[in-house]
Amino acid sequence: MAVAAPPKGVFGESVKRKEDPRLISGKGQFVDDVRLPDTLYVTFVRSPHAHARITGTDVARAKATAGVVEVYTGRDVADIPSVPCGWLLPESDLKIPAHPAIASDTVRFTGDIVAAVVSRSRAAGRDAANLVQITYEPLPAVTDAEEATKPGAPQLHPDVPNNTGFHWNAGMGDVDAAFAAAPVKVSLRIRNQRLIPNAMEPRGIVANYNQASGALTYWTSTQIPHTIKLLLAMVMGVPEQKIQVIAPEVGGGFGSKLYLYAEDLAMVHLAKIHGQPLKWIEEKRESYVATTHGRDQIQDAELCATADGRITGLRVKVFANLGAYQSLFAPGIPTILFGTMLTGAYKIPAIQGEVLGVFTNTTPVDAYRGAGRPEAAHLMERIVDRLAQQIGKDPVEVRRLNFIPASDFPYTTPTGPSYDSGDYAKALDKALDISGYQALREEQRQARAQGRLMGIGLSSYVEICGMGPSKVVQATGAQAALWESATVRVHATGKVTAYVGTSPHGQGHETAFAQMVATELGVGFDDVDVVHGDSGSVQMGVGTFGSRSMAVGGGALHMSLTKIKHKAVEIAAHLLEASVEDMVYEEGNIHVKGDPSRTKTIGDVALMAFMGGGLPEGMEPGLDATSYFDPQNFTWPFGTHIAVTDIDRDTGQVRLRSYYAVDDCGPLINPMLAEGQVHGGVAQGIGQALSEQAVYDDSGQLLSGSLMDYAIPTAEMLPDFQLGHTVTPSSSNPWGVKGIGEAGTIAASAAVVNSVVDALAPLGVTHLDMPLTSERIWNVIQSAPADGR
Amino acid sequence: MPSRIPVSLQVNGEVHEREVDARQLLVHFLRDDLGLTGTHVGCDTSQCGACTILMDGQAVKSCTVLAVQANGSTLRTVEGLAQNGSYHPVQQGFWEKHGLQCGYCTPGMMMTAVYLLEQNPNPTDEQIRHDLEGVLCRCTGYHNIVRAIQYAAAEMRKAGAATETRAS
Repeated sequence: MAVAAPPKGVFGESVKRKEDPRLISGKGQFVDDVRLPDTLYVTFVRSPHAHARITGTDVARAKATAGVVEVYTGRDVADIPSVPCGWLLPESDLKIPAHPAIASDTVRFTGDIVAAVVSRSRAAGRDAANLVQITYEPLPAVTDAEEATKPGAPQLHPDVPNNTGFHWNAGMGDVDAAFAAAPVKVSLRIRNQRLIPNAMEPRGIVANYNQASGALTYWTSTQIPHTIKLLLAMVMGVPEQKIQVIAPEVGGGFGSKLYLYAEDLAMVHLAKIHGQPLKWIEEKRESYVATTHGRDQIQDAELCATADGRITGLRVKVFANLGAYQSLFAPGIPTILFGTMLTGAYKIPAIQGEVLGVFTNTTPVDAYRGAGRPEAAHLMERIVDRLAQQIGKDPVEVRRLNFIPASDFPYTTPTGPSYDSGDYAKALDKALDISGYQALREEQRQARAQGRLMGIGLSSYVEICGMGPSKVVQATGAQAALWESATVRVHATGKVTAYVGTSPHGQGHETAFAQMVATELGVGFDDVDVVHGDSGSVQMGVGTFGSRSMAVGGGALHMSLTKIKHKAVEIAAHLLEASVEDMVYEEGNIHVKGDPSRTKTIGDVALMAFMGGGLPEGMEPGLDATSYFDPQNFTWPFGTHIAVTDIDRDTGQVRLRSYYAVDDCGPLINPMLAEGQVHGGVAQGIGQALSEQAVYDDSGQLLSGSLMDYAIPTAEMLPDFQLGHTVTPSSSNPWGVKGIGEAGTIAASAAVVNSVVDALAPLGVTHLDMPLTSERIWNVIQSAPADGR
Repeated sequence: MPSRIPVSLQVNGEVHEREVDARQLLVHFLRDDLGLTGTHVGCDTSQCGACTILMDGQAVKSCTVLAVQANGSTLRTVEGLAQNGSYHPVQQGFWEKHGLQCGYCTPGMMMTAVYLLEQNPNPTDEQIRHDLEGVLCRCTGYHNIVRAIQYAAAEMRKAGAATETRAS
């Protein structure tokens, strides 16, 4: 019987993941699974008030608790530096107020840390935390970004008038003239509600400081271990060569594990005092107030167009809620990653965007799953639908009319960026095709005739990914490197280890990068392992965010593989007594052109490189290479998603019947993994559209403070997803890949909301804010201007 | 110090006799006392299901059971799924169908799947989605989890049929 050949695991194959055997066996090591002898536990005590002055502290009873080693209040650790902010918007009035890791004077949100307990057991820490007595003088609080800018609003920081953390403007063209001349104008006020990230693994840290050597070993659930190392050195003054940061298995991140948090500073400070391992594992309800939130924008958008629907101008004003402090990348999210994406997939001659970043008594807001781009795409895709509704055209046709044509790429938008490549109509057509759009519209006509509420919603998005050219991003004020690195080491036996600077948390980098190595070097997929997330073994790196790992990290890997191949060819030529120019590298064999019998395998060459004795004169032994790739441009994935909904007139329940997603992220490295990324992203977008919402009361208490009150999607809420792809390679990296981690989230919320608005259009509905709970829809139906039957 | 209470329970075929605090949760006993860290803690309100294990054949959230309540019980955790070096069909399914990404919810998700397939060896997609209501995943959108469980169901039916054929 013939035995099937094992999969080669090259670029383009849906191979099973290398990561999975340990994860399905319970043998993955997450931060809380790190067990060191003599570990002490840290428990943070947090403010129950959203805004208050601290008038007294009493830790005597807490300190007397059995198993407690020490209790620290803000005054005890006043020398911990301020939590940093690293996106210094140029040409703005950006304000970065002090952010004490442990508050001693004023608390500004309900997660603010006021004390830390160090104990021999978790239980003792919890007992003692309950006995820490902090007395407060409550102050008035404000949670709404627009309200916070009004006269008389409670002021959070003494040096920030009107709570305004920055003003930011972008745009080009004469917007006023465009509006004055346009026959059609539409406007929307959109609340893009606050979301809570909810990575299934909350944050956690194990900090082990060796007082004799001064070495700090630091396990943390992060997307950016190398950046954390740098920040700990710069902010906490630990010599960088003495720091090892390890991101072990990371149980989801979605942007929320992208910062140096107050807890990081406190843990390092306390680890230096105690000189034995310290562990802090965030509890889930703690996470709800302590880990950054996402979105939370109030958007006023106006669009003008010709009578047939050609867009001539866009004007947007946004109140972006920052929460109580500037988180590490917070200023860049509603500006650079939001404002520059306002043009979407469309050719718009005049755009004006104004963003106010506003402090409120809420958990800090920073990047979350799409980071600024979902907010921009939702705005644009909602208002384009509003335009279609206004002029009575099919939303497909309005999109098609305004798309940047495929012939116009690379295309420089009025907000500044240069889109690398795209064919937006092709993705739209494919989405229409796989959804059976015309048949759906026909079905809708019949449904409406029978008084049923059925909706079809589109979303045609483009996103900025593959962060990015360091030079360009630094010019926007980001104090960050944006290159990526990869070392490839071919062992003496021909096996390969790749050390990458990206730091995955579910994306499957070990698999995708191994496929790239197998493709280029012609070695077996099983003969390649990928090491990431440990600054002690990986040369340097930046991290995983902004759908950058394959585009930028893959670029670095490609450079190193090319160097390896060059050296391998030189060695093979020497061994075969041929000239380098006559050699061909093909699927792991290096042979003389026209004479495949004169050949050496990569394994032969690797052994020779290790042994050293038979190498060409003057050549260094070893077969490895390290490269840094800093791309010339970002990547610009795009696509069209279509959501079909049925609405129960009596209950207001939205049933998402089907969901179609056509995405173009360039060539697919591993289609199975790419589709998995889309599924998860779409689920998040649907979650925002239908059920998720962080709610504060007027006093600043988080009402949706646990999974009991915050509705992340369950399996039953979601349909099967129908996926399609188009392939338009990027010119920004050697593989042509664009990134797929965020696409689903960026597209989905607008597709679902457009679908529901479409369903309710016969009732005169023109806009709905998320989440579209049955209560909200029921109320809309009850108060609808038209009956629609 | 609170008094310690003796417990005896069987986990993945092995009997453990320990003393525990009355207030210790079963999940912490498994993780901290037995070193079985495959079972994860994802929340503190019994919603996420990452800590789901089988207790006397029932899927339970081990964050919602005290260790003392498990006294005398037979437990199965993710570490006990594979038998004789072979993955359980549910594990195979999750690997084959890309049913996991970060892997944090996966142990609880798989234990729930094992339980639901024992209850219903031939489920529809809708039944699977309904039965997963107690376990949350933020990475996969559940699409491939449903595929993974269907794969396992098919494998288990095949194995069951083969066993029946051999028996007859």
